[in-house]
Amino acid sequence: MSFELALVWESLPKIVEGMGLTIELLVLSLVVGTALAVGLVLMRISGIAVLEWTAFVYTYIFRGTPMLVQLFIIYHGLAQFEAIRDSFLWVFLREPFWCAILAFSLNVAAYTAEILRGGIQGVDRGLHEAGRALGLKTHQRFLYITAPIAIRLSLPAYGNEIISLLKGTALVSLITMYDITGVARTIVAKTFAPYEIFVSAAIVYLCLTWLIQRGIGLAERRFGRYVRR
Amino acid sequence: MPADSGEPIIVLDQVTKSFGGFQALKGVSLNVVRGHKVVVCGPSGSGKSTMIRCINRLEEHNGGRIVVDGIELTASIKNIDAVRREVGMVFQQFNLFPHLTAVENLMLAPRLVRKISKKEARALAMQYLERVHIPEQADKYPAQLSGGQQQRVAIARSLCMKPQIMLFDEPTSALDPEMIKEVLDVMGELAQEGMTMIVVTHEMGFARSVADLVVFMDKGEIVEQAPPAEFFARPRSDRTRAFLGQILKH
Repeated sequence: MSFELALVWESLPKIVEGMGLTIELLVLSLVVGTALAVGLVLMRISGIAVLEWTAFVYTYIFRGTPMLVQLFIIYHGLAQFEAIRDSFLWVFLREPFWCAILAFSLNVAAYTAEILRGGIQGVDRGLHEAGRALGLKTHQRFLYITAPIAIRLSLPAYGNEIISLLKGTALVSLITMYDITGVARTIVAKTFAPYEIFVSAAIVYLCLTWLIQRGIGLAERRFGRYVRR
Repeated sequence: MPADSGEPIIVLDQVTKSFGGFQALKGVSLNVVRGHKVVVCGPSGSGKSTMIRCINRLEEHNGGRIVVDGIELTASIKNIDAVRREVGMVFQQFNLFPHLTAVENLMLAPRLVRKISKKEARALAMQYLERVHIPEQADKYPAQLSGGQQQRVAIARSLCMKPQIMLFDEPTSALDPEMIKEVLDVMGELAQEGMTMIVVTHEMGFARSVADLVVFMDKGEIVEQAPPAEFFARPRSDRTRAFLGQILKH
């Protein structure tokens, strides 16, 4: 069997068409998931047992099960319930797009909350004491001291999370959507050339990953400008 | 200045503090007169840091009373806030906010706690950076400063809140020897201006020249307190003599 470089090249434009959906899924899930993560991490560090425990169980469930299984539960499973089909939620949940956004966001929230918790724990205790001694209130210490430092400490792991999610979005090709992987699969079905086509899909993912790495690198420099180099 | 004159601005009365099973303070009583400088010394683990950390409630005492400028430290948030407005603290590890420049470190609390404008806060901050002789480092981050400079920024940061009392928790212990003097000089200037100070330190030269009262602690108790001349010339307790023998022979 031969490898046709031309086929890689020819299929690239079509695959790039699927990139739009991949990016939409990535960005929207990240925004929603990260916002949820902030809520979750505040629950985790609240000192209120019920909230801490709820956040812990949530994180355990979403980290502890495959994202594909979660996606299938939401997309195939929820539709079984009449109550859901009758509710306003059905407007969203009958669309694979919103099912995917839901599954990915909930996942991102679980992982990112843990990343942020690590960042918060990494902030020197002495800085809290200095803040207290200066008379800053708890929320002021969190906003002006803990948060900016925790964000810097969390960035490298958060970058990993973004890249993981980028690759995770390929799962939507299994629920009838045409993202990069979905488009590649349809071309393969027509051309019977899985090798070339999936290589071109891989190239597109690598380009996106490179962009994400650059972005995170810039952010790390921005937030870490105070670290001695 | 005699050590027993004037009104006390800080009163510790039979203060106790335990960490789990370990009793860090076993009934400590101390009066600090307004404007006096008290140097606290003693072996590590003797409760010196714990004692001063109780004065601004970084540690919560378990028994006895602590009254600062007429305000008793209780669980009342209002009282704690009121005491913290009166008391500044300088730490062994500086504890500067690493993500803020020197001047921003000074501006943060005045802006958030005293709610003054950014412009006023900056002017105030520059004034205090000048007092500790490093206005030219205003826009540097802590990591770009030497240890001595960082500690001076930390002192200025506390002063920006215009406290009546300053607590120093081993302010020179984390410094290289050549930087100790610049910090002690700033502290000496502050003392001359009449600030009430409690300084936990092993710098006995500083104690001799600046202190009104030297307190020796061991095993959670105040073993001895006396004006420096008396304290160094005629220590009454064996434990004090043993301690002084150890730190002064170098």
